[in-house]
Amino acid sequence: MKKVLEQFGVEYLQILKEDGSIDEHLMPKLTSKQIKEMYKAMVLARIFDNKLLALQRQGSVGTIAQSTGQEASAVGSAFALEKNDFIFPSFRESGALLYRGLPMDNIIRVFGWDERGAKAENVNAFTMSIPVATHLLHAVGYGMACNIKNDKKVIMAYFGDGATSEGDFHEAMNFAGVFNAPVVFICQNNQFAISMPREKQTKAKSLAQKAIAYGFRGIQVDGNDVFAVYSAAKDAADNARKGRGPTLIECYTYRIADHTTSDDASKYRTEKELNEWKKKDPIDRLRKYMEKKKLWNKKDEGKLVKELQDSVNKAAEKAMAIEKPDIEDIFKYMYKEMTNELKEELNDLKESLKYEA
Amino acid sequence: MKLNMVEAINLALKQEMKKDGNVIVLGEDVGVDGGVFRVTEGLLKLYGEKRVLDTPLAESGIIGTSIGMAAYGLKPVAEVQFSGFMYPGFDQLISHASRIRNRSRGMFSCPMVVRAPYSGGIRALEHHSESMEAIYVHTPGLKVVIPSRPYDAKGLLISSIRDPDPVIFLEPKRVYRAIKEEVPEEEYTLPLGKCNVVKEGNEITVVSYGAMMKLVLEAVEKLENVSAEVIDVRTLSPLDDETIINSVKKTGRCVIVHEAPRSCGFAAEIIARINEKALLSLEAPVKRITGYDTVIPLAKLENEYLPSVKRIMHGIEEVLSF
Ligand SMILES: Cc1ncc(C[n+]2csc(CCOP(=O)(O)OP(=O)(O)O)c2C)c(N)n1
Repeated sequence: MKKVLEQFGVEYLQILKEDGSIDEHLMPKLTSKQIKEMYKAMVLARIFDNKLLALQRQGSVGTIAQSTGQEASAVGSAFALEKNDFIFPSFRESGALLYRGLPMDNIIRVFGWDERGAKAENVNAFTMSIPVATHLLHAVGYGMACNIKNDKKVIMAYFGDGATSEGDFHEAMNFAGVFNAPVVFICQNNQFAISMPREKQTKAKSLAQKAIAYGFRGIQVDGNDVFAVYSAAKDAADNARKGRGPTLIECYTYRIADHTTSDDASKYRTEKELNEWKKKDPIDRLRKYMEKKKLWNKKDEGKLVKELQDSVNKAAEKAMAIEKPDIEDIFKYMYKEMTNELKEELNDLKESLKYEA
Repeated sequence: MKLNMVEAINLALKQEMKKDGNVIVLGEDVGVDGGVFRVTEGLLKLYGEKRVLDTPLAESGIIGTSIGMAAYGLKPVAEVQFSGFMYPGFDQLISHASRIRNRSRGMFSCPMVVRAPYSGGIRALEHHSESMEAIYVHTPGLKVVIPSRPYDAKGLLISSIRDPDPVIFLEPKRVYRAIKEEVPEEEYTLPLGKCNVVKEGNEITVVSYGAMMKLVLEAVEKLENVSAEVIDVRTLSPLDDETIINSVKKTGRCVIVHEAPRSCGFAAEIIARINEKALLSLEAPVKRITGYDTVIPLAKLENEYLPSVKRIMHGIEEVLSF
């Protein structure tokens, strides 16, 4: 006997087109105020990114990973969450983190070689994970804990297209499915993992379809369309909150900047391709929509940009003014209580610093 | 009551789960099956599917999700079926469990226990007999506990579960059913980071842990005329070197026994500490009686590879007659 066991489809969603027009039927419920809030968060992410780059160029912070071009994916997804929900960011998620309330100076300090920046209370976000894909399991474990405790939180985990090739991606998706964890996986398919194009990560046509094999929903959205990202994320979050388990959302977008400030993307991609994608800019697109709807004008724009630039500059000044940490800090956080061995080693270090001085 | 190590650990898990609703047990076959060594037998029935999780077959998944649960505020006790299969999950230990407190400057922590049956002597398949404790000791931010007997296993496991930091709890499976001894029914703790002086003496210090402890005790018993001080390390990290140093200062001689490979093994660390803190008390070079820098052989040659009572006796005599 031969029969079809199951048949699958993969959805794609776009609501806001490049010219700023929308598909009215698909448009999620959003007030004008909310739309402006989204716009503000996206512009902040862009301005903040540029500031980080400037700080890096002048040597005030180390290597940074910019998210230019991915603002709609970061903000649209985070916008679907409630205050008590929890996010697990990768290293390229300033947009989502800032929207969640992580103070700008914290992020600047983390990239500026100061671990203390990672500590920010009441943000409901985990510290960023540098090892690709490993944090997806933490997100799933956190979600499993919510299930165990009947805590109706939604957990959102961010990662790139390259991350989907890692074993931990598989294990996280699999555990999430098996334990029905309330996790929304946000895959920022920005087309590259450093120099490696998306086609070299997997033969699959989409990343969204990977969810099917784990028994839950996957959807690809136009990642430069904040309404599509929000709509899919809101559905996924609602489902998770109602006990209907995880969702994978592939945000189809593009990394406009180099991979990090240590990278030169011109080695592996063309100017032409870059310019094509610049035309799809998520911020321009939303602004066009708002202007069409008479929600926004040049004056508003000028005012917003100035206001955000000022606050970003202030945050940078604040971050730069902070004094160097104590050497005790190297040892202090390895365990809740410093072990005798670490106390001895700290003394050793103090002695040798005395000698060096 | 008289219990073997499997029963003692099982009792500790039952009691801690009863006492603290945040304690969760997870791993491969730990629920319905009660674990391949039956260490988690009966837990599922007592505490249900929400707290005893039969997981998919994935060690990174088990350890990685435990980290997420610990960050939430639960206390996961994860079982890795054999310590030889820890490596798929080792990345999660070295990259995250051990560093989250430091990375977040204390905002998040990782109070979890990873239990794994460990070390040789049970005529097992390849990958089921290794002693790789040194890699965990070498990982800053982890604690490493290895009990040698049922009484210790219960008290140390309870302390490990209550500890605010990640603990690797390695259970010598050769001891699992080999020693039966009096174990109090009520809960008790034994301090982490403290060596146990099992037998006092003044001619030579013998340091060991895990399954080798039984052999060491047999060896010193046979050496009737030797006054040996026997120290069970119990917690390899953080190491209570004070107890070892004080003993070596008293005896002037020391032998260290472990079945793990020799180079960069735990004995090397103890010798370094003795050199730093008690060199002038030494009357003979410190001797290591260990496994070799090879893959541990299968059962046909395992007895030759592992330190034996005779080899330990011979080593002690050698150091005494230096
Ligand atoms: C486990 C691991 N391997 C390699 C790296 C080095 N690395 C950093 S980012 C990166 C590419 C990540 O690509 P992707 O997941 O698509 O995310 P993106 O950087 O595009 O946001 C690599 C290989 C790492 N950080 N972690």
